Amino acid sequence: MVHDLDPRPSVIRDRLSGVARVVCVSAGKGGVGKSSVASTLALLGAEQGMAVGLLDLDLTGPTDHVILGARLGFPSEEYGIDPERHAGISFLSVAHFLGMDAAALRGGDVTNTLLELLAIARWGALDALVIDMPPGLGDTALDVHRYLPKAAHLVVSTPSRLACESVRRCLSLLSKQGAPVLGVVENMKAKADDSTEVAELAAAFGLRHLGSLPRDPDLESALGTPERVRATAFASALRPIATEIFGS
Amino acid sequence: MHELALAEAVLSAAREVAEREGLERVTKVAVRLGALQRISVPTFEFCVNEVRPGAGSKLAEADVQVEIEPVELACRPCGRHFGIEQANALEGDRAEAVHFIPELVHAFIACPDCASVDFEVVKGRGVLIASIEGEGGHGA
Ligand SMILES: Nc1ncnc2c1ncn2[C@@H]1O[C@H](COP(=O)(O)OP(=O)(O)OP(=O)(O)O)[C@@H](O)[C@H]1O
Ligand SMILES: [Mg+2]
Ligand SMILES: [Zn+2]
Repeated sequence: MVHDLDPRPSVIRDRLSGVARVVCVSAGKGGVGKSSVASTLALLGAEQGMAVGLLDLDLTGPTDHVILGARLGFPSEEYGIDPERHAGISFLSVAHFLGMDAAALRGGDVTNTLLELLAIARWGALDALVIDMPPGLGDTALDVHRYLPKAAHLVVSTPSRLACESVRRCLSLLSKQGAPVLGVVENMKAKADDSTEVAELAAAFGLRHLGSLPRDPDLESALGTPERVRATAFASALRPIATEIFGS
Repeated sequence: MHELALAEAVLSAAREVAEREGLERVTKVAVRLGALQRISVPTFEFCVNEVRPGAGSKLAEADVQVEIEPVELACRPCGRHFGIEQANALEGDRAEAVHFIPELVHAFIACPDCASVDFEVVKGRGVLIASIEGEGGHGA
């Protein structure tokens, strides 16, 4: 009986059994700040004394290692692989294996990569595992729903109507899937911007607008140095949101 | 050894099947290891025995048979089938990366005819359960 059964899905729940909650930073839209929010959120969780993991699921365009200034290179392996310890976070990215090479992946390859990572990574006991999602509503969004159905989404948008257009579709998908959504974070808000687009978007889905993060000219130069990232105005605005997410 | 995690996955999936089919015990689990991932048969057998549940479990006595499946890649643009030579030629960090995540082969191999990196891994990717046999249940 059974024919060509993929054994990996059956072990995923076990691998995450010590993880109290999974928080996916999603948007549907590219470039709105998912990676910046996900990485900084993980840093702020660690700052608050939480055991936090960060998994970069942008498999073809990983960037969290740049934000964190994490070294690349193979993670250590024992009973599986141990996510790299960096800046108080347990961190895993395809970049650890790939270095600066580029692997173009079609759907089935994306699913296989995601399953392989989930099957072999030993996260241990974590208060939260933060997942950085790729742009778009595609393979990764579907696989996260399929294999991590309890993951709660923190949805990022910018005030731009173009961002809101795509984020609306992302929220619509999450709502159809019945996925838990923690709320919407507004990123890259200019000082003079009093638009209410993102707040209205959140309200339309019965969700909370969790806060606004300023467009911060100092973020770029802070990238790669965790203490400096934590000291930005961007991180300061994210801190109460982190407290709420990790505390709840 | 990260293979332990994959061996554990095989036993966990086999246990799930045994429970679903109402088997009292699993007698045989046939495993195929894709050559791309370069896990040797003795290594995988060792890992299975390391993580095998003890007496009393449905899997305690299962005969886990492991065989290697050769690599076959198929180029989408030109249709060429290839892969064995190219996969064997991988070494160092590239071989290691593909050992952890076989899909990363897309970064290191291209079609020998048209140089495309748009190829499908038709066979020989990673760890698969080819079949499970058992006794004592309605499905046996
Ligand atoms: N609040 C902010 N202020 C200034 N720059 C920001 C802010 N948030 C993000 N950025 C910058 O905007 C760019 C896009 O951010 P980021 O990479 O985090 O977005 P993303 O949603 O992860 O993108 P992708 O969809 O490509 O994964 C980066 O250069 C980042 O440093
Ligand atoms: Mg990103
Ligand atoms: Zn070709």
